[in-house]
Amino acid sequence: MTRYAIIGNSAAAVGCVEGIRQVDRQGPITVISDEPHHTYSRPLISYLLEGKTDRVRMQYRGADFYEKNGVTPLLGKRAASIDPEKKTIILTSGEKIPYDKLLVAAGSRPFLPPTEGQETVTKVFTFMNLDSALALEQALTPESRVLIVGAGLIGLKCAEGIAHRVNTITVVDMADRILPSILDEAGSKLVQTHLEEKGLTFHLSDCVAKFEPDAATLKSGQRVPFDILVMAVGVRPNTSLIADAGGQVRRGVVTDEFCRTSLPDVYAAGDCAQSFDITTGQERVLALLPNAYMQGETAGIHMAGGEGKPYDRAIPMNAIGFFGLHIITAGSYQGEEVLMQKGNTYKRLFYQDDRLKGYILIGNVERAGIYTSLIREQTPLSSIDFDLICEKPQLMAFSKRARAKALSGAAG
Amino acid sequence: MKRIYVNEKWCLGCHLCEYYCAFANSGEDNMAKALKDVVIHPRIRIEQQGNVSFAVSCRHCQEPLCVKGCISGALTVQNGVISIDSEKCVGCYTCILSCPYGAIMPSDTGAVQKCELCTKNKEGQPACVKGCPNKAIVFEERGEVQ
Ligand SMILES: Cc1cc2nc3c(=O)[nH]c(=O)nc-3n(C[C@H](O)[C@H](O)[C@H](O)COP(=O)(O)OP(=O)(O)OC[C@H]3O[C@@H](n4cnc5c(N)ncnc54)[C@H](O)[C@@H]3O)c2cc1C
Ligand code: SF4
Ligand code: SF4
Repeated sequence: MTRYAIIGNSAAAVGCVEGIRQVDRQGPITVISDEPHHTYSRPLISYLLEGKTDRVRMQYRGADFYEKNGVTPLLGKRAASIDPEKKTIILTSGEKIPYDKLLVAAGSRPFLPPTEGQETVTKVFTFMNLDSALALEQALTPESRVLIVGAGLIGLKCAEGIAHRVNTITVVDMADRILPSILDEAGSKLVQTHLEEKGLTFHLSDCVAKFEPDAATLKSGQRVPFDILVMAVGVRPNTSLIADAGGQVRRGVVTDEFCRTSLPDVYAAGDCAQSFDITTGQERVLALLPNAYMQGETAGIHMAGGEGKPYDRAIPMNAIGFFGLHIITAGSYQGEEVLMQKGNTYKRLFYQDDRLKGYILIGNVERAGIYTSLIREQTPLSSIDFDLICEKPQLMAFSKRARAKALSGAAG
Repeated sequence: MKRIYVNEKWCLGCHLCEYYCAFANSGEDNMAKALKDVVIHPRIRIEQQGNVSFAVSCRHCQEPLCVKGCISGALTVQNGVISIDSEKCVGCYTCILSCPYGAIMPSDTGAVQKCELCTKNKEGQPACVKGCPNKAIVFEERGEVQ
């Protein structure tokens, strides 16, 4: 019987468990995580503070998940190292866990740029996991002036989550626009205006030069007083378990299309691993939940010896909303483009070599998945009605035959 | 598993399926009362262009990208039916980003909504199929892709 071990207990780990169990109902699975909680949805921590979910509803899988799947959870335990020769995991407690197949799904950790005076700040938080969100929540008061460093997805989701329970929120970012990893200038401006209307203040193209206990001096010279500091500059993949064991690591753990690392019987998935982005043809870390789940599932099926499909359709893609304004983006922004803007509705499509390469939708995001699918499947644009697809995502743009296959053929 | 299949050749573009869907999921007993003077939010939608029209609803995929990508675990497979737990859903729209058919849509409640083959309302069988006057929508077994 194959013994499986998984380091991590989040999206990639759950994908792996469900992948293994599609093939092997028997082999024991051990899940090791340093977080002491039942598997929960990490992106929901901002919704938790906002009051849109609670500790029970935010569980990523039901209370019987481990039992139902024959999983022994070792929660609140940290893997110190792995020994790929002896096929064991050594925990910081000294315990040794043997495995036949191992998945490393260790995710990422916050990146904290060294800044002068940072050690003088007492109320400093990150926003990466449940415990950090609960700690932040403890510190919030209606009078709090909050400074968030980082105008990316995590910093702004944090801002949305706490906006109704604090006095002011100021966001500082080195980039010249908010959400720089997913939005172009015009889209970013539109969302920024929306957030400003909700009371947020931004300092862009700027950064903290120096911290005092209750204020930050920015590079521009401005002084921002605060009571609570949230650091959301970015994340770094947790690659050291693999690197220390001699496995190949670049930005993230290097894996193949079945999520195998360069170490025998060791797989990696999720935010700690690289993916092959088909829209750019490059390896990169796609720190996104759907990607983590699907990599984990692919790894699990393969670990259990199943005839799984390779994971070879990875693309960057994001759905995110702030105070009712929805944003969906996917792919890469290269090639020729189609642009449409009307009020709070913004759409930009990018195409090259007869393929849709990427898109940005703000406001009206209905049926965006039809665009995503064109990118993922690399559908030749010459095979569909270009004007109709530019107008809106619709199956009408496809040929009669493609439509018949989609709507009356076997379900994929 | 039995699924909904659409044959655009027979579709009249009458939108009755949309009305039957909205009624079935309204919780009301009286169709006139349920639908009079309201903007309906059906889970099946007609696409129409010139003299071509057809209905689109969830395909209940065997490899459901919406379920795999759902950030909260609100979307699950229940005996083959792709089902939504609107208590868990936070309305992030990752599933709208993921579904290749455009079959998931926002609702009034903040959660998304989708076709669940009328398994959760009193119809028990897809109301759109029953309501289609020209058999352009059928509910049957056609085999699965391998
Ligand atoms: C606030 C926030 C909002 C987000 N919103 C979205 C969103 O809207 N959409 C989206 O697609 N993505 C979002 N993400 C990203 C998403 O959460 C991640 O892509 C996803 O959680 C990755 O899953 P994972 O399983 O790879 O790793 P993680 O979720 O990072 O889990 C890894 C786990 O491994 C544990 N671990 C690490 N090292 C060890 C060790 N040595 N021993 C034991 N355990 C260890 C960690 O503590 C952690 O619990 C968000 C992230 C954050 C923080
Ligand atoms: S909602 Fe879309 S992706 Fe999900 S099962 Fe239905 S058709 Fe497939
Ligand atoms: S909108 Fe709801 S169902 Fe869709 S991915 Fe987000 S949480 Fe899941």
